[in-house]
Amino acid sequence: MSVLIEMEGLSHLFGTGQGGDKYALQGVNLQLRQGEFLAVLGANGSGKSTLARHMNGLLLPTEGHCRVKGMDTRELAEAGELWRVRREVGMVFQNPDNQLIAAVVEDDVAFGPENLGVEPDKIRRRVHEALKAVGMRHFAKFAPHLLSGGQKQRVAIAGALAMQTECLVLDEPTAMLDPQGRQEVMQVLEGLHRERGLTVVLITHFMEEAARAERVVVMEDGHVACEGTPREVFAEPQAMQKLGLEAPLAGELAQLLSQSGIRLPLPEAGSIMTHEDLQQSLVLYRQRQEG
Amino acid sequence: MLSSITIGQYYPGNSLLHRLDPRVKLLLLLAFMVEIFVFTAAPAYAVLSAMTLLLMLNSGVPLKIIMGSLKPLWWIIAFTFLIHLCSTPGDAFAQVWIFALTWEGAARGGLICLRLVLLILLSSLLTFTTSPLKLTDAMEALLRPFKGLGVPAHELAMMMTIALRFVPTLIEETDRIMKAQQSRGVDFSEGSLLKRAQNMVPILVPLFLSAFRRADDLALAMEARCYRGGEGRTQMKALRVSQIDFVAVGAFLLLTVLLAALYFYTV
Repeated sequence: MSVLIEMEGLSHLFGTGQGGDKYALQGVNLQLRQGEFLAVLGANGSGKSTLARHMNGLLLPTEGHCRVKGMDTRELAEAGELWRVRREVGMVFQNPDNQLIAAVVEDDVAFGPENLGVEPDKIRRRVHEALKAVGMRHFAKFAPHLLSGGQKQRVAIAGALAMQTECLVLDEPTAMLDPQGRQEVMQVLEGLHRERGLTVVLITHFMEEAARAERVVVMEDGHVACEGTPREVFAEPQAMQKLGLEAPLAGELAQLLSQSGIRLPLPEAGSIMTHEDLQQSLVLYRQRQEG
Repeated sequence: MLSSITIGQYYPGNSLLHRLDPRVKLLLLLAFMVEIFVFTAAPAYAVLSAMTLLLMLNSGVPLKIIMGSLKPLWWIIAFTFLIHLCSTPGDAFAQVWIFALTWEGAARGGLICLRLVLLILLSSLLTFTTSPLKLTDAMEALLRPFKGLGVPAHELAMMMTIALRFVPTLIEETDRIMKAQQSRGVDFSEGSLLKRAQNMVPILVPLFLSAFRRADDLALAMEARCYRGGEGRTQMKALRVSQIDFVAVGAFLLLTVLLAALYFYTV
């Protein structure tokens, strides 16, 4: 698989205006491969949002490089052509209310392609297609303020899809949603990843969401603390706690049970991380007790 | 309470007027207004009135609603009539204090009032049959030729669009802040005028703060979606002139010829 985004020794310095400048990112090396589903975890202030904003040139590296499809964001910024990166990497933000621009859903989805100068007929087709992909086709004529939070986020995703981006970076897209909206957004993301091979970068602080990714990167104090598959990363709840994170509920429960003397058998997946794993292992445990 | 506010007075429908290109509609309205001022003869006004009534009936908007647009302006109309009634020299039919009421004044006042009524009705017909979004597009298109003179056509239209998008959101927010402050004991309905004005401060401050935060977020979101100003931008819903627009312009030209004939015949 080819590399889509490559960060090399990337540092970002935020001026606080009082002399005490602070590194939000320090020497980050990270590669994002085409077609992968990456989750970025981290406590508040660990630099995960800053990391996301480097991926489409909203922020530029203080030191080091960030290359998207081989294009260096700093060089593009100097040439005034950052839009070429933003066309490849779409972004969805946290607040569903503050990222929809137009007063009608379909006009909003059309905003991106309009900016790229696509022909009107083609835009119409793309908008239709994008709204269908996120299951919002019937809401094309709605005003954004009449939609639920989850629906607004799906429209925002459609807005990025209509630009035909290769990669979607989502900065805590579910943080302001209710559980149902969170579920909707996650299902849409997994669907797009599975069916279209869309590259997804999900910034989140929900372990259950990160557990659904293919690869997890944990940020701490502006650098990458650990990285691996969700099972590898979540294997040690204590280590997670040290990074200011809580392991997924199922794993924690299994650990608490083992501390009080109940050893659960391991499920097929090899470790207990998701609710399904826990269920499987509880059933195995019961069978063993009875048998 | 606040959520019932709608922007503009668009009345959805599918009449001839609704389907006209908004640019054509706007230009025809301007031309109509000019004609109302130019062809001031009584027969011409009879034709113009009939024309306006026909358009009102065709629009599919209930007459009661259209006539309602006169309501906030009725005292201006009445005042205009009175001024003309009292100040026009001629054949007096009554004397009130130092003012002589003349037949000429009544006729002139009536004509001027009819002119005002026609102007108001026609322009509200435009807003009844055109959504604010389409009006914005039309304004952008019509202002575009003046870009060389420094008229920021695209920026104005973008501002209008964003305002239309965020008015409902900000209204919801105002509602929420008001409830939050009420639950802390602020009373918005009692007290002197000064006291009530003071009570608005705890609403306005958080509202402005959040509006600025929203603006920041929105600017970032627009940038993330490749916004680079109006240069090289296309529109999904590009305005297109269709057959009915040509028919409308043709009908308008015929009407103008008729009005001119009537006017010069009477003068």
